[in-house]
Amino acid sequence: MALLEVSDLSVRFQTDDGPVQAVDRVSFSLEPGQVLAIVGESGCGKSVTAMSMLRLLPASAKVSGTARFDGRNLLGARDNELRAIRGREISFVFQEPMTSLNPALTVQRQIGEVLRRHLDMSAAQARERTVELLDLVGIPAPRRRLDEYPHQLSGGMRQRVMIAMALACDPKVLIADEPTTALDVTIQAGILDLVRDIRERLGTAIVLITHNLGVVADIADRVIVMYAGRKVEEAEVHELFAHPQHPYTVGLLAAIPRIDDEGNGRRRLQEIPGIVPSLPEPPRQCTFAPRCPRADERSRSEEPALREVRPDHHVACFHPGEEPWPAGWRP
Amino acid sequence: MSAVQEIAVLSPRARRRRRIRRRLLRRPLAVAGLVIVVMFVLMAIFAPAIAPYPPGKSDFSAALAGPSPEHWFGTDDLGRDTLSRVIWGARASMQAGVLATVLAMAVAVPFGLMAGYYRGWVDPVISRVTDVLLAFPFLILAVGLAAVLGPSLTNATLALGIAAVPGLVRVTRGEALALREEDYVKAAVANGASDAVILRRHILPNMTGTLIVQATVTIPTAIIGEALLSFLGLGVQPPTPSWGVMLSSAQPFIDEAPRLVIFPGLAIFLATLSFNLLGDGLRDVLDPKTQA
Repeated sequence: MALLEVSDLSVRFQTDDGPVQAVDRVSFSLEPGQVLAIVGESGCGKSVTAMSMLRLLPASAKVSGTARFDGRNLLGARDNELRAIRGREISFVFQEPMTSLNPALTVQRQIGEVLRRHLDMSAAQARERTVELLDLVGIPAPRRRLDEYPHQLSGGMRQRVMIAMALACDPKVLIADEPTTALDVTIQAGILDLVRDIRERLGTAIVLITHNLGVVADIADRVIVMYAGRKVEEAEVHELFAHPQHPYTVGLLAAIPRIDDEGNGRRRLQEIPGIVPSLPEPPRQCTFAPRCPRADERSRSEEPALREVRPDHHVACFHPGEEPWPAGWRP
Repeated sequence: MSAVQEIAVLSPRARRRRRIRRRLLRRPLAVAGLVIVVMFVLMAIFAPAIAPYPPGKSDFSAALAGPSPEHWFGTDDLGRDTLSRVIWGARASMQAGVLATVLAMAVAVPFGLMAGYYRGWVDPVISRVTDVLLAFPFLILAVGLAAVLGPSLTNATLALGIAAVPGLVRVTRGEALALREEDYVKAAVANGASDAVILRRHILPNMTGTLIVQATVTIPTAIIGEALLSFLGLGVQPPTPSWGVMLSSAQPFIDEAPRLVIFPGLAIFLATLSFNLLGDGLRDVLDPKTQA
């Protein structure tokens, strides 16, 4: 049985400029120990999807659908049930390590707070466990770091502390929302190694939210591609990279620079023209149609349903296929 | 031990305190404020030991005497030593200033935190009440409350404390409003922290700097308030010495012996100035936004 089963998750925001459909009927499931990547451009609803599962969105968000974790529907859970799950069984690592740590608390108190809340540890136990955790996330001389404040740590260090805090209670699911985006490339590699290591050593299932396909190829088992609030493609990672079907996925992959490019490396990277639309209502058409070279009348008048086009490879497109974008195509 | 080694063995917390202290000590005005504040506080605490005479002791042979080696600041119409009375008067001022501020903080901070953090219906209720109270100038409100409560130092302190609440509620609310949007508050929510934990561990500690600065500017306001209430007969009652009482009883002799007005007036001026200077210095040191 899946550890986390999300079905028909929709999120609507009531804003001053009217409603915005941020997530539209997204379903997926996460198996124990699996690394599931959710990829897409900024604004495609990937973070909102993750936040909505633990009801971390502001009150202006209307969430519908179900998110079953261990048989319980998180979206219908009471506040105190939810608090017992947050940080204990499902924990979050956020994008901004520079601001996600409380500047007034030392590393030890920051992590210790979570331990004492969820595991009822004494101060001394929490201190020992914190040393273990800091060691686990690869912080050298952990004992010396205990009494330091966040401003004394580098960005990579802080992200490691955030990860240590998220792992404190040995959660079943770790949701990492762009964990490496704010970091230098060299630090990113270290953090990704750490994430891979955690999965191997602790067997934690991980939902990795990112726009970086390099990161996905590196550590994910399964990939969901989101566009304008909808899931447009889902497959196992090798399958997706080898045989992308949705024109959007094809476009994303074409936009990655490759070191083995033929020619003299002067190939212009193929971009996808246009931006992700922000939609007030779920449109009765393919949301990608306005930016798509394969779009036709049907794409503009009917919404493509997800279907299995190759074994365990689902795509929401009327014209799936691997053929590359026509060079220099503009809508 | 060299300075470098010394720093290396200190805990980060001590290091932070040390840095704040050093930055404060680099500001001459703040240091002057601090020195005078400490002086007044010591004066209030050790008044019986410092004052050359008991505050109520009359020497009718030397009524309205000018400054002399026996009476440095001279004497009043009843022959009481002005210096001794100024020293004893510091007690009422410091008591009213500090206690009123503590009281105001104790009431205002929880309300401000609730209004700023919970929003919803709580915020408009607390904020509108605050706005109504803020429509009255601080001293007018304090005078009104003191008149209702009846004249005494305790009631004056109470009145000043209550009158200082709305301004502090507004400051606390504003801080809470800003801090609840911080990423680390969101991270704490995602880690299962309850509202109480978030308020106590994540929001309150991050506004202590602001609250300390607010306290140092509320204290001098309350000191002036105490002097005013005592001057009007709503605070300290004669013959107990207070700077306000002294000003009030010196009125008939203002031409004859202006020093009877000047010395307590100077005391009020110095006490408020010193707290304000200290407050300004602390604001510069504690507020990361004004750090050079």
